[in-house]
Amino acid sequence: MRGAAGSLRRMGAMMRKEFIQLLRDRVSFAAMVSIPLLQLILFGYAINTTPRHLPTAVLAYEQSALTRAILAAIENTQYFAITHHPLNEAEAEHLLRSGQVLFVVEIPAGFERAVRRGESPALLVSADATDPVASTSALAALGRLVETSVRRERFNLDDAPEGSGLEAAPPPFEFRTHPRYNPAAVTQLNIVPGLLGTILTMTMLIFTALSVTREVERGTMETLLAMPIRPVEIMVGKIAPYVMVGALQAAMILGAAVVLFQVPVVGNLVLLIVLTGLFILTNLAIGYTFSTLAQNQLQAVQMTFMYFLPNILLSGFMFPFAGMPTWAQWIAEALPLTHYLRVVRGILLKGATSADLAQSILGLSVIMIVAMVIAVTRFRQTLD
Amino acid sequence: MSARAEGEQAEVPLAAEGDNNYAIDVQGLSKSFGGHRVVHDLSMRVRRGQIYGFLGPNGSGKTTTIRMLCGLLTPDEGQGTCLGMDILTEGRRIRRHVGYMTQRFSLYADLSVRENLEFVARIYGVPDAATAAEEAIASLGLKGRERQLAGSLSGGWKQRLALGACILPRPQLLLLDEPTAGVDPKARREFWAQIHDLAAEGVTVLVSTHYMDEAERCHEIAYIAYGELLAQGSVEQVVADSALHMWRVTGPDPAALARELMAVPGFELVAPFGTSVHVGGRDREALERAIDGLSGRDDLVWRADSPSLEDVFIDLINRSKDKVR
Repeated sequence: MRGAAGSLRRMGAMMRKEFIQLLRDRVSFAAMVSIPLLQLILFGYAINTTPRHLPTAVLAYEQSALTRAILAAIENTQYFAITHHPLNEAEAEHLLRSGQVLFVVEIPAGFERAVRRGESPALLVSADATDPVASTSALAALGRLVETSVRRERFNLDDAPEGSGLEAAPPPFEFRTHPRYNPAAVTQLNIVPGLLGTILTMTMLIFTALSVTREVERGTMETLLAMPIRPVEIMVGKIAPYVMVGALQAAMILGAAVVLFQVPVVGNLVLLIVLTGLFILTNLAIGYTFSTLAQNQLQAVQMTFMYFLPNILLSGFMFPFAGMPTWAQWIAEALPLTHYLRVVRGILLKGATSADLAQSILGLSVIMIVAMVIAVTRFRQTLD
Repeated sequence: MSARAEGEQAEVPLAAEGDNNYAIDVQGLSKSFGGHRVVHDLSMRVRRGQIYGFLGPNGSGKTTTIRMLCGLLTPDEGQGTCLGMDILTEGRRIRRHVGYMTQRFSLYADLSVRENLEFVARIYGVPDAATAAEEAIASLGLKGRERQLAGSLSGGWKQRLALGACILPRPQLLLLDEPTAGVDPKARREFWAQIHDLAAEGVTVLVSTHYMDEAERCHEIAYIAYGELLAQGSVEQVVADSALHMWRVTGPDPAALARELMAVPGFELVAPFGTSVHVGGRDREALERAIDGLSGRDDLVWRADSPSLEDVFIDLINRSKDKVR
């Protein structure tokens, strides 16, 4: 009996100590509270695997009551949101390649007349099928919903005599869908290039996030600061080796993507290499910033994890970017992975050029510069 | 002592050059952390080529002062020069010529002895880092261990390596923060021999310590407690300045005796020392009256004694505590 009571008391003492330490370690505590909250919010509100209101461009060579009715019907499906009205094919192509729209609906000239003549003309819908999840259900809805709603509308609005026989007749027009870049809807083609971004994010962040905190924790930082070396010199010296590690990783993943998963390299490989370098630097700068914020290595790892979570969920790696609500998209725009995914998928699958990717390149550069400025100013030259 | 004599002879010609006479010359340094005052209005001067002992209890502000001297901390108030350079504005230039050995071993545990030394040599821009490291290994007596990881060295060897790394770039000023803590007596003795050699070559050494015997190896000492400099000068000077009168009293039960004597007015300092008790105070008459009052006790043997450095410091602490509270 005494033995049991003693054991309980010792365990009680241990628990008490553990709770005190837990409450004192603020970052761990914050992680415990914020990670479930973050997941709840992101999975509950931001993520949508049957995304709606996908950005769509309309290349209209004809404006008529019928085309307006069709476009209204397309939007009424809730799957499409007409956001752009390009003037020519090149512009439409750029919108698609840069990822600004997922669909381009092309209305040919003389469309309405062809319908009236019963020629059953085609509306061409080009879809960015790099992410099959995003495009498949929308395309499926197109055929069904649009057709029926157009029929109904024409019945109601139009008492044209030729309309009386429509139900039995062949459809007045058809949608010719053209899933581009990944016509077979192979998931790997979307995921594997994305992996390049996520793997680089994870490893680059962890390495650099630990690098400064390790020196602080081991006491070597004090000696380092007492030496005639500048903070920028320390930062460059610490980051440079990891640029090489990142390059090696990128080469490995890219090689595997092409050899094992048959990912095509449609675009310019040199452009991809340059932008991958930019992405690696951005991540290293962010990791370095964490490194100057964290008090010990555990905190650095926790910070990295808390940062990694929204990256995975919001960047468009796992779930379609276009399907997220606006607030989530805004958050995602601040994450380098979001921009890099557009770059890597754009170049590998769509053959995007630097002009197509200008926005993503700008986004990455801005994030990198901001992170570097924070890192250098946060890095304390003294122990104050 | 010979090094000290040389230093004093050199004082006259160097004095003409003004600040250059002092390796460290700071006035009114203050530093607070989170409202807690760690160093208060500290002024000190250390002549070039001197070994300057920096003494004080734990948490008295020694490390903070040393960090301010080498630019690792910015003083809240105060000014001064280190090697003739402004500590507030010329931090980086100062660092080039200062070797700072931290309290905790802070070389890279996962680098070998040689790699650590080469790293230091390269950071300081020593022309031939490999040769410099090689020479340092030889002079440290670390030959045969140069490939060993620094983290796997024993305490004494770590300290030796840390000092070796400090002096490798040939600094003019060494700041050593409790370099001999946890080091065995033999290694300590060798360490001090090396410090004296360096001083003889003209290097100024500021060394903080808890050990009184080490204080007596310094040319000059400063005593700091509660962030304030309480005494400064040569050991003899500090002892003389204390104006303490000490007695050694031997009796049957020193611990009980010490407790008893503490209650007697006139004894400002009471400390049991082995089989005897050290008592003393600054007021000679009061002290003698108190001893006379105990003349009835024939089991006690009184003997006049000279104050030790430790007595002086305990007295200083007691008095500064009274002042602070």
